[in-house]
Amino acid sequence: MSSEEHLKQTDTEARFEFKKEEKSAFAAEKGLTEETIRVISEDKDEPEWMLQRRLRALEQYKEMPMPTDWPGQPDLSELDVDQIVPYIRPDVDVRGGVDDWTELPDEIKDTFDKLGIPEAEKNALSGVGAQYESEVVYQNMQEQWEEKGVIFCNMDKAVQEHEDLVREHFMTKCVPPSDNKFAALHGAIWSGGSFVYVPEGVTVEMPVQAYFRMNSEGMGQFEHTLIIAEEGSEVHYIEGCSAPKYSAFNLHSGGVEVFVGEDAHVQYSTVQNWSKNTYNLNTKRAIAEKGGRMEWISGSMGSKATMLYPSTILKGRGASDNHITIAMAGEGQDIDTGAKVYHNAPNTKSTIESKSIAKDGGRTNYRGLVHIADGAENSSTAVECDALMFDNESTSDTMPYMEINESKVDVAHEATVGKIGDEDIFYLQSRGLDDDDAKQMIVSGFIEPITEELPIEYAVELNRLVELEMEGSLG
Amino acid sequence: MATLTISNLHTEVAQEDGEKILRGVDLEVSSGEIHALMGPNGSGKSTLAKVIAGHPAYEVTEGSITLELTDEDLSDIDAELDEDDYTWELLDLEPNERAALGIFLGFQYPAEIEGVTMTNFLRQALNAKLEERQELFEEDGEEAETEDEAGYDTSPMEGPADDGDVSVAEFQGLLQEKMEQLDMDSKFAQRYLNAGFSGGEKKQNEVLQAALLEPAIAVLDEIDSGLDIDRLQDVSNGINALRDEQGSGILQITHYQRILDYVEPDYVHVMIDGEIAKSGGAELAHELEDEGYDWVRDELQGAA
Repeated sequence: MSSEEHLKQTDTEARFEFKKEEKSAFAAEKGLTEETIRVISEDKDEPEWMLQRRLRALEQYKEMPMPTDWPGQPDLSELDVDQIVPYIRPDVDVRGGVDDWTELPDEIKDTFDKLGIPEAEKNALSGVGAQYESEVVYQNMQEQWEEKGVIFCNMDKAVQEHEDLVREHFMTKCVPPSDNKFAALHGAIWSGGSFVYVPEGVTVEMPVQAYFRMNSEGMGQFEHTLIIAEEGSEVHYIEGCSAPKYSAFNLHSGGVEVFVGEDAHVQYSTVQNWSKNTYNLNTKRAIAEKGGRMEWISGSMGSKATMLYPSTILKGRGASDNHITIAMAGEGQDIDTGAKVYHNAPNTKSTIESKSIAKDGGRTNYRGLVHIADGAENSSTAVECDALMFDNESTSDTMPYMEINESKVDVAHEATVGKIGDEDIFYLQSRGLDDDDAKQMIVSGFIEPITEELPIEYAVELNRLVELEMEGSLG
Repeated sequence: MATLTISNLHTEVAQEDGEKILRGVDLEVSSGEIHALMGPNGSGKSTLAKVIAGHPAYEVTEGSITLELTDEDLSDIDAELDEDDYTWELLDLEPNERAALGIFLGFQYPAEIEGVTMTNFLRQALNAKLEERQELFEEDGEEAETEDEAGYDTSPMEGPADDGDVSVAEFQGLLQEKMEQLDMDSKFAQRYLNAGFSGGEKKQNEVLQAALLEPAIAVLDEIDSGLDIDRLQDVSNGINALRDEQGSGILQITHYQRILDYVEPDYVHVMIDGEIAKSGGAELAHELEDEGYDWVRDELQGAA
């Protein structure tokens, strides 16, 4: 950090120091106006180009209609974006994040404590970035990464300190605001998130992690994650999300952009558990160059309605993509999730493995698109969807779209839908497990493909969430 | 020494106008005894096995299934026992409670559970059984000692490390020992429960589970079907060990004399049309092998 930048930050710290008494240091007015956008941008001390991008995105958001006519789409009619506060910064007196866990306010530490995050830290998993409300407040990065030129910081900081990289990649080629209404909304009011840059040929051995948490009533969360993996590099990014229940509706509309360079390998894993009144509407996309490999591992829990279809554009010859998604829906929940893959070059390969669990009248839907472009010869794709239902009130649908414009390809799709078997439960009960434990064991086994891909703390958390969900003890 | 007593048991399929399957079964099996239950297809043998274990698909319309225990059976129980604790009406209990009291059902077609390793499953089952067993004998409303929030010291798929009576290390040793006894490959422990197991492996696995859970009474439903001669011997050795080393009582359902050459029954019963039509010693099985079931049916009708 240059002395000038340092001064600027100290200045900023001072600016917020006197507001410490307040619950939140800053909250924008409810609703979405140009004025709100200007306030956010100014508060973040953003360069003019970012403000202009936000304003353009706002225009696009206003022009685009709400999606209402997809077959079997979740109902968004109760979502009122104007009632949502788009930006809240927690009361932390260090704006750019702190380097030491102990510097965090007790209240925030407690919240993370309950979710077992200090455990992860204790076990020396490197690079935990924790976001509390809209601001990354905790950053910890191992020195050796920095020496290799790896950058991991919060997105607001990246705009300041890595402006050229951000300007080139931020919502330009991967997820432009014009992509969909919620991408446009995100482009206008995004705040916080993570920036990861891995230079050519560098392998980041330990997973990079971020933790997002939403903690204020009626608040939206719009974090942006930008991952750039240069040629031949390798990184595993993990994001965990969780939110308690509140009476007002919440909106989460994140954006994730991943650039997988030639022969690079990026794994993006997330376990999300939003409160049952949250609309979880995200846009996540990766572009993979020649020989690049992208892996999406996602667990979608909670929320009132989720619409999330991580997508990969296989742009270069021999690029590959692997999706593993797990969704769980209980009473009053509609989880509409899946994957999209565009095979735009020859010899590209994709696999999609989707698993869903519906109980107590919940609905899960797999919505997937595999597009194979004319000329993408010798490409292959395999899609597998498994749905597990607990009762006759729950529903599960599979909507796999396949657009195949090339004849020399290999396409496979397989779907199974099953009710959780009485015989399976009886078998486990006859061995001493009670009814709940038996169901829990079957579900743990069902989601095992995802848990085995995750570092142990996340696997544990996912299992715990599922366990709580099964007991119905989550709000 | 435990005794399972089935008296005048009538069942039908648990749905409206359900089919009547058992029509007054009487049977008594005690620890250390081997009973063979034979009979033609559809006579109700598997139904009886499932009803003993508490399968929800059947409704008991008449009769009882009691399990009588002795001090010997309850030596592990850490509670003051009163008279009621020695005799249990199984029909009032959930399947897992019956398991905790010492009832084991070896399935003809065991469920395949993907994603759950044998080790994880067996340890959880053993701990669940021990915990439930203790709870059954404690005063109503008196909770078993409350455990602290369990931490996961091992793999999350293995469950909380400090949850239950049997630790991971202790369990591994026990499992290995039992698998060696049954001549099972140690890699079984890491496979998913019955998933992709051959017919023989599944049967071996059922016997392994019985060996680990040490039941008072094991009901083995066609444990010999689909076994080649080598596996049949392994499985038979396992059953004999269950009786000889753990003193379990065994009710072995079978179609064939073949397994009875290795596991010699003390009693043989013939079930026809939902009743025990005839009982006898080991020689009865040979008679059935030679002459089929028709003569038993004729006898039954003649008597009626």
